[in-house]
Amino acid sequence: MTSIALRRPTFRWPDVSLRALRVWQRNRDVYLQLWKSEIIWPVVEPVITLFALGVGLGGLVELESGQPYIEFIAPGLLAVWPMWSASAECGWGSFFRMENQRTYDAIVATPVSVEDVITGEILWGATRGLISATYILVVITAWGLVDSPLAILVLPVTVLTGVMFASISLSYTSVAWSISSLNYFFAVFITPMFWLSGVFFPIERLPEWGQTVAWWIPATHAAEVYRGLTSGNLHWSHLGDIAWMVVVVGIFYALALFSMRRRLVK
Amino acid sequence: MSDIICARDLVKRYGALTAVDGISFSVRAGECFGFLGPNGAGKTTTIRMITCVSPVTGGELTVDGMDVRREPRRIKGAIGVVPQENNLDPDLSVRQNLQVYGRYFDLPPRLVNERIGEALELFQLSHRQDDRIASLSSGMQRRLTIARGLINSPRILVLDEPTTGLDPQARHMVWQKLRQLRSQGVTMLLTTHYMEEAAHLCDRLVIIFQGKIIAEETPAALIDRFAGREVVEVHVGEAERRPLMERLDAMDGVTVEEVEDIIYVYVRAGDGIDAAALKLEASKVVYRRPNLEDVFLRLTGRGLQE
Repeated sequence: MTSIALRRPTFRWPDVSLRALRVWQRNRDVYLQLWKSEIIWPVVEPVITLFALGVGLGGLVELESGQPYIEFIAPGLLAVWPMWSASAECGWGSFFRMENQRTYDAIVATPVSVEDVITGEILWGATRGLISATYILVVITAWGLVDSPLAILVLPVTVLTGVMFASISLSYTSVAWSISSLNYFFAVFITPMFWLSGVFFPIERLPEWGQTVAWWIPATHAAEVYRGLTSGNLHWSHLGDIAWMVVVVGIFYALALFSMRRRLVK
Repeated sequence: MSDIICARDLVKRYGALTAVDGISFSVRAGECFGFLGPNGAGKTTTIRMITCVSPVTGGELTVDGMDVRREPRRIKGAIGVVPQENNLDPDLSVRQNLQVYGRYFDLPPRLVNERIGEALELFQLSHRQDDRIASLSSGMQRRLTIARGLINSPRILVLDEPTTGLDPQARHMVWQKLRQLRSQGVTMLLTTHYMEEAAHLCDRLVIIFQGKIIAEETPAALIDRFAGREVVEVHVGEAERRPLMERLDAMDGVTVEEVEDIIYVYVRAGDGIDAAALKLEASKVVYRRPNLEDVFLRLTGRGLQE
C-alpha cells in the first residue's frame, strides 16, 4: 500500500469523544464498590460544620443584615464542600489512578483517547461534587435553612462549579511530581478558597486588597450564586458570576487537556 | 500470508535520545512474531508505537492496513494489548474488570458477557470470577490481563514481556495458553528478554539492540547461523585464560566469545570439527547445544546488557 508520511503537526485539536463517558462509568463502578468507606467524610463534615459554626459560634454572632449566622453559612457550604469533593477526586484520586494503579495506561490502550480520559475524570470529579451538594442541600433544607424553591437550581449550577473545581485540580495534578506534592495545591489554593471566599463571613469584612483577591477566586462566585438561589434573591449580577465561572472552566479544562497530554503522551 | 503490521524506517526520539533508530520489519497474519533484546533496546518503545500510545517520530508504520498517525482509535479497536505492568483495577472483581474493559470498546454488554465467559474458561479463571484482584496469584493476574486483552476479539494480540516475574509453573501455563491462541489464528507480537520464551513461542523474531534490528530469522535459523552446531562453555581462572585463548586463536573453524569469566567456543555445522576433539581443559568445561542466548552473545559480543 502507499501512504504519504505526514509531518506531525505541532498543534492538534484535542481528540475528545463520547467515550469519555466510559471513563466516568469506570470511576462510578469503583465508587459503588467503595462508597461505604468513601462516604464518611462528605457526610459527617458538613453536619459538624453546621453545628460548630452555625449553632455554636452562630449564637455569638450578629450580622449587620440581621440574618441568623447559620442561615448565612448554609449556602456557602453548598459551594465549598462540593469544591473539596471535586478537587480531592481529581487531585489525590486522579493521581493515584494515574501513577499508582496505572489505570490511565490500561484505558488508553483501548479506543479511548487521552483526552477522553481527562474529560471523563473531570466529569467524575464534578459528579462527586454533585453527590456532595445534593446531600448538603437535603440537610440544610431539613434544617429549615432554605427559603426558596429556586434552591433546586443549586444542582445544575453545581455541575458547572464541579467541572470548574475538577478542572483546576486536574491541571495541578498534571504537573504534580508525587502524591504528597498535592498537599501544596490543597494548602495554597483549596484551603484559602474554603475560608476566604465569603462563606463564613461577608467578604466586605476583608481589607480592600483582600476583597480584590476574593473577587478573582472562583469559589466566591459559586457562594454568591448559591446564596441567591437558596434565599430566592436573584440578581442580574449572578449572571456575571456564572459567566466568570464559565470562563474559568474554559481556561482550566483547556489547561488540563494540554498539560495532561504533555505528561502522558511520550 | 499477508503482512498485518508493516514498519519502514521507524524512528522514535526522546529529545536527544534515539530509542528506535530506523527499523523495518513486517509481521504476517497468523504468526507469532518476537522482539528479543536487552532492557532499553527499544522493544517496548516499538510496541508503544504499534499500539498507538506513543507518537512516531519518523518513518512509516501501518497496522492492519491503517496508518498509526491517522487512525489510532480504529487500530486500538483491532488489537489487544497485554502490558508489562499489571494495571488491572484492584477494587473490582475479576469479572467486573473484564466488563469495564469491554465497555471501552463500546461493545454491547451481552456480547461482552459471552466473551468473558469464554475467556475465563480458556484461562481457567471461571471459579475466581467474583474475587478481588488482590486475592489472585501473580500468575492468575497475568492470565487475567491476557484474557482482558482478548475481550475485543483482536486480530492482533500484543504482549509486552508476558511472563516477566512469573515462577516457572505459571510461566509454562501462560506459554501453553498463548500457543493455544496462536493455533486459533490470532496474530501475536511479543517482546521478551527470555531466550527460552522466544524459542518456545515465536515463528520469527528480530533481535533489537541499541534501537536497531541486528538479526531477523526463525529461532532455529538464527541459532544455526550465529551459534552453529555445538557450544563449549569453558570456565577459566585468570592463570589458565591466556594460554587457552592463544590456543583457540590459532584454531580454524571455531568462534570465540569471552563473557566475564566464561569463554564460549562455537563450532559451526559445516566445519567438520568435533567439539570433543578440541580437548579443552579447564576447571569446568560444559558441552551443550547452542540456544538463542548464544546468538545474543555472538551478536552483541557482550551478553545481555542492562
